[in-house]
Amino acid sequence: MNAAGFPILSLVTWLPLLGCAIIMFVRGDEEVVASNARWTALWTSLVVLAISVVLWARFDRAEAGFQFIENSVWLPQWGIAYKMGVDGISVLFVLLATLLTPICILASWETIRMRVREYMIAFLVLETMMVGMFSAMDFVVFYMFFEGVLIPMYLIIGIWGGPRRVYAAFKFFLYTLAGSVLMLLALLAMWYVAGTTDIPTLMHTQFAPAMQTWMFLAFFASFAVKVPMWPVHTWLPDAHVEAPTAGSVILAGVLLKMGAYGFLRFSVPMLPIASAHFAPYIFGLSVVAVIYTSLVALAQTDMKKLIAYSSVAHMGVVTIGIFTINAQGVSGALFQMLSHGIVSAALFLCVGVVYDRVHTREIARYGGLADRMPVYALTFLLFTMASIGLPGTAGFVGEFLVLIGAYEVNFWLALLGSLGMILGAAYMLYLYSRVVFGRITRDDLKHILDLSPRELAIFAPLVVVTLWMGIYPSSFTSFWDASVRAMVEHQQAAMASATRLAEVLR
Amino acid sequence: MTNWTTMNWTLAIPEIVLSCFAMAILVFGALWKRESFRMCSMMAVGALLVTAMLVVSNSSGIGYRGLFTNDSFSGFIKLLVLVSSALGIIVSLDYAEHENLRRFEFPVLIMLCTVGMMIMASASNLMTLYLGLELQSLAIYVLAAFARDQLRSSEAGLKYFVLGALASGLLLYGISLIYGFSGSMAFDRLATALSDPTKASPGLIVGIVFVIAGLAFKISAVPFHMWTPDVYEGAPTPVTSFMGTAPKVAAMALLVRAMATPFGHLLPQWQQLIVLVSIASMLLGSLAAIGQTNIKRLMAYSSIGHMGYTLIGLAAGTAVGIRGVLIYLVTYVFMNAGTFACIIAMRRRGRMLEKVSDLSGLAKTDPGLAAALMIFMFSMAGIPPFTGFWGKYFIFTAAVQSGLWTLAVIGVLTSVIGAYYYLRIIKVMYFDEAHEAFDPRPGSLTFVGGVSAIFTTVFFLFPAPLVGAAEAAARVLFG
Repeated sequence: MNAAGFPILSLVTWLPLLGCAIIMFVRGDEEVVASNARWTALWTSLVVLAISVVLWARFDRAEAGFQFIENSVWLPQWGIAYKMGVDGISVLFVLLATLLTPICILASWETIRMRVREYMIAFLVLETMMVGMFSAMDFVVFYMFFEGVLIPMYLIIGIWGGPRRVYAAFKFFLYTLAGSVLMLLALLAMWYVAGTTDIPTLMHTQFAPAMQTWMFLAFFASFAVKVPMWPVHTWLPDAHVEAPTAGSVILAGVLLKMGAYGFLRFSVPMLPIASAHFAPYIFGLSVVAVIYTSLVALAQTDMKKLIAYSSVAHMGVVTIGIFTINAQGVSGALFQMLSHGIVSAALFLCVGVVYDRVHTREIARYGGLADRMPVYALTFLLFTMASIGLPGTAGFVGEFLVLIGAYEVNFWLALLGSLGMILGAAYMLYLYSRVVFGRITRDDLKHILDLSPRELAIFAPLVVVTLWMGIYPSSFTSFWDASVRAMVEHQQAAMASATRLAEVLR
Repeated sequence: MTNWTTMNWTLAIPEIVLSCFAMAILVFGALWKRESFRMCSMMAVGALLVTAMLVVSNSSGIGYRGLFTNDSFSGFIKLLVLVSSALGIIVSLDYAEHENLRRFEFPVLIMLCTVGMMIMASASNLMTLYLGLELQSLAIYVLAAFARDQLRSSEAGLKYFVLGALASGLLLYGISLIYGFSGSMAFDRLATALSDPTKASPGLIVGIVFVIAGLAFKISAVPFHMWTPDVYEGAPTPVTSFMGTAPKVAAMALLVRAMATPFGHLLPQWQQLIVLVSIASMLLGSLAAIGQTNIKRLMAYSSIGHMGYTLIGLAAGTAVGIRGVLIYLVTYVFMNAGTFACIIAMRRRGRMLEKVSDLSGLAKTDPGLAAALMIFMFSMAGIPPFTGFWGKYFIFTAAVQSGLWTLAVIGVLTSVIGAYYYLRIIKVMYFDEAHEAFDPRPGSLTFVGGVSAIFTTVFFLFPAPLVGAAEAAARVLFG
């Protein structure tokens, strides 16, 4: 058995479905059903969160490999098993998913009035898919969860979204599906070579360099759409703008991390030669993403769209970090993923707060909120600063580490990457000043209410985590230090042997 | 070869028993003075179940002087055919009541058709193959025109008959060419004679092409698909449901056995043809369905696409490929039967509806039906964890293993295009405003839809038995 003494990962993965089953069998008139569905979903997700905290406590930070391993027979003759486990790279994302789900459910407490039962079921299914994806140790299991995420998200955007929700839902679904089916082919090719889809085994399988190139491109198609990298990012602003607040939170908080996680879990360790070969191209795309989407963000008039573009820019920093393939860069990328997961989620919640009151996301409709909503202004300020990367907040550590890693690779890469921080400060401060400062000119803003206790409860954990990550980052980095070091060494060894082979052949 | 000369007639007991049941029910229906449709249908389902048990307990071997083979491949196909026929009868129960089609010939025809399909599954001689196929086709010609007072149904029956007769002619011509150029119609003798591919004469190859054309018509693969949308739309919906499942399975099994056993050594000759047909079917199936507003027509194009995917497994030409074909067929039968059960449930104030837009807002008026149809649509689009994904998974495994990369890449990309119209149905049900509710749906449709939805959803938990059975069945063909 594993360190927890019980199959903790399966429990965390599948428990939300139990909540779904309970919600499904609730009977009564609409109000009763809605209220029961809310409470059941909240309690389920809280219990899941409580169980997942065991992962934090019992995780052995000195161990580079997978922990809490579970292994069950699934399709034994074909080398496919139901295998779950987390290592330093994935464990905190499981926690991120279990933390954000109850927050999302709380955030939708009053805003979702239509078809509450289905909404809560969709979110719990989504939680199952997210947790399962981060804890899968078998490629087929991973793929199942990776694509399965599309189903609840498609419904969340399409049913509870804004006016152009249908367009956004289709675009989201088809973009990501087109990427992931190509990954399926690469998966099958890997299975054909290695005879198994066990991820640790695949990590130590050497694929022929020519094959690596094709596999890398197939993986890239899938993960680049999911991250999303420029130029396949266009689904993201649409999806964010149309999705309900909680949908945006999960989308920015967790789903975007799936692409970057895929790079870290599959592309870099399994295809080291192709990763090194393609790294310069990825840097190019990432730098474009950082600078271009930051400029685009500067010109937005819709709050959600602005934050959506800022997400693309921040994820560009993550992909730079991943493909530096040195300890600082990868560690920084992981930190940036986590901090972006918390901070962008919080920013979408901040937008949600005022949207619920005024029902518009147009920046020009706001101004002077500091007068009426001091607590909100303070919260928003904290997350704005974290998004900019102010030292002492979560955003700083990740970007700083990535830039150190990038500097080791190339001076210009670091320089251009750091432009993102400057532009980030520009668009975030510009947004903040237009929304929060100035004088109240609109009548409906004169009586706007400050954060309610429910909203305070939503923001409190995010504020704590943001400051904690900024002030004491090593309590997070210590989780993945060993894993990242092992990954970087593995990559260097693979490159060295490839170089030796090339010399011999010459 | 050992028992080549023996009759071994007991091998065909399931077929014989089912034929006798069919005759008995026919006589009963004719003599029973009162309304007998429902009773005959129930008896037919019972007979199919009895036959299924006989199939399971039957031994394998070669009978009727080599005309008839029982092996795990034929057993697999027969069980699948029997299950889909039974589902076909069950979904017709309520429809027939409403549309005034309460005639006891309906279940009898389905049973006779099933006998034909079982013979197809066991055929090990080109003549048995043809006879089985014709028995099956004749029954379906009548079924398609079963609502004889309706113009659309008569048109569908006639169209299917004329084109089907043409396809039979092509097939028969191909068989005669093969016989003429090789001197035998028995599969094992053909296989021995053709073990050296260089000796295959061009005439024989032409014969094979004709056989493939004839069978491609039956599985409605491009370019022999023209009849499908019209016949699907015109035939009474339960007949469409039946036509979309069992006969496709049987014809595909026939094609697989014919290509793998006698012509297995000629793989390079027929592979490119199958690859071409497969690509064309996948492209047409995904592109042509986008503009459809009638859900039955849409399902017709969808089935063309699905047959394209299935053919990938055949094109691989390996046991892994055939395993993929078998798994795909199983998942396809349940998705299709379930979807049609949902379509038959589309009835408002006693009138059948067929437009996609009629599903508008179904999630609010009938959440159960909407959820089932959503499961089938996601499954057909190949989204895990539903069965449709697993079918595609095992098919593409074979393609990758055989190095058919072009086919695999085109296959996955068309599946994305295809996903669009499946998503559109979900969009109509879940995102659009609600219309008036459908009439209460009868238990028979709930049963078929429910069973199919459950199978489609939970298959991923226990895939090993089915995959194992399919593997055993596929191995047989490759000795």
